[in-house]
Amino acid sequence: MFQQIMNIISLWTLPVILILILTLGLFKKVPLYEVFTDGAKEGFKVAVNIIPYLVAIIVGISMFRASGIIESIGEILAPVLSHFNVSADVIPIMIVRSLSGSAALGVFSDIAHNAGPDAYTTKLAAIMVGSSETTFYVLAVYFGAVGISKFRYALLTGLIADFIGIAAAILVCHYMF
Amino acid sequence: MNYIFYFLIIISIIAGAINGKLSDVVNAILTGAELSVKVAFSLIGIMAFWLGMMKIAKKSGLIEIIAKIIKPLTKRLFNEIPENSPAIGDIAMSFSANALGLANAATPIGIKAMEELQKQNIDKKSASNAMCMFLAMSTAGFQLIPATVISVLIGIGYKNPTEIIAPTLLVTTIAFLSAIAVAKIFQRFWTPQKAPEKIYLKVDRDFSESKISGKNSGGED
Repeated sequence: MFQQIMNIISLWTLPVILILILTLGLFKKVPLYEVFTDGAKEGFKVAVNIIPYLVAIIVGISMFRASGIIESIGEILAPVLSHFNVSADVIPIMIVRSLSGSAALGVFSDIAHNAGPDAYTTKLAAIMVGSSETTFYVLAVYFGAVGISKFRYALLTGLIADFIGIAAAILVCHYMF
Repeated sequence: MNYIFYFLIIISIIAGAINGKLSDVVNAILTGAELSVKVAFSLIGIMAFWLGMMKIAKKSGLIEIIAKIIKPLTKRLFNEIPENSPAIGDIAMSFSANALGLANAATPIGIKAMEELQKQNIDKKSASNAMCMFLAMSTAGFQLIPATVISVLIGIGYKNPTEIIAPTLLVTTIAFLSAIAVAKIFQRFWTPQKAPEKIYLKVDRDFSESKISGKNSGGED
């Protein structure tokens, strides 16, 4: 029952927003087609503008992931985290989730398939992936779109929040499951 | 960012050499560069769509209405932004899109918000406090329902995948609130932005102008 309601909500969120925007626009006599195409023109420009920033960040992160350093960090962290009932499988997620969303989802998928639906590890991994956003990607895209190269404290803030999120996930999972 | 960029690449090379994965690291340059362009180009269509919709929402006054509703909150978070700035409405829309799990819409709308914030930024090359706050909110990834994770759980035959929603929401809320708190603390103690000396040159060159001329996209100065 609850799941059905959730499905309906996730199916209808976007359509409802579109209905709202367009209907209010029509009601306020906004020339919908004209204004839409005028706004849409910028799409290409923005996408092209962010390419250099994306290349810098994504190439750096791809190299980082290919170097095997994440596995090495995992080996160092594993004995510490086993005190908190965190299995070594989850460690790559903690590191990768700030770097690459698709990679984090891939690792989570592997864990879920290997550990199975009843495992504590699956639940912990699910919470960690579900509660995160790819910090590096968001910074590259958002700052890249407006041409900002000095991030000041934005990256540090994002990473501290990611770290707090990981700690919270471990604690919450520990007490709830 | 200079140091991070440097260390990301240098550490990767050194670690790759130690782990005997240097060829993988070198190959990652090509795949990473290809991926970046793919990501950017895959954004074009959806970006155009949502920027178009946002323009309608702006003209009809919808964004203004939303901005007014959340004003008590944003006034405290974005104390350097004028109260009636269109950036506030865009930030609210971007946050709602993120919360509802509409990742496709959240990015274009977030960029729109960044453009509005950039108009009020005194140094166009460095991030304003308002931008850092907005990005703290965005990178914390506040989401009501983790839809992708749930679909993976359903895929492996998880009996009650919705039980993951409450703990995830709790964790994401903690991360979100601490992101805001950390940004607020840094805002107070970080070296403030300085306006570049040639400011009079920059004032007459804002976004609307570069849009009309269409030649320079405003970012290289």
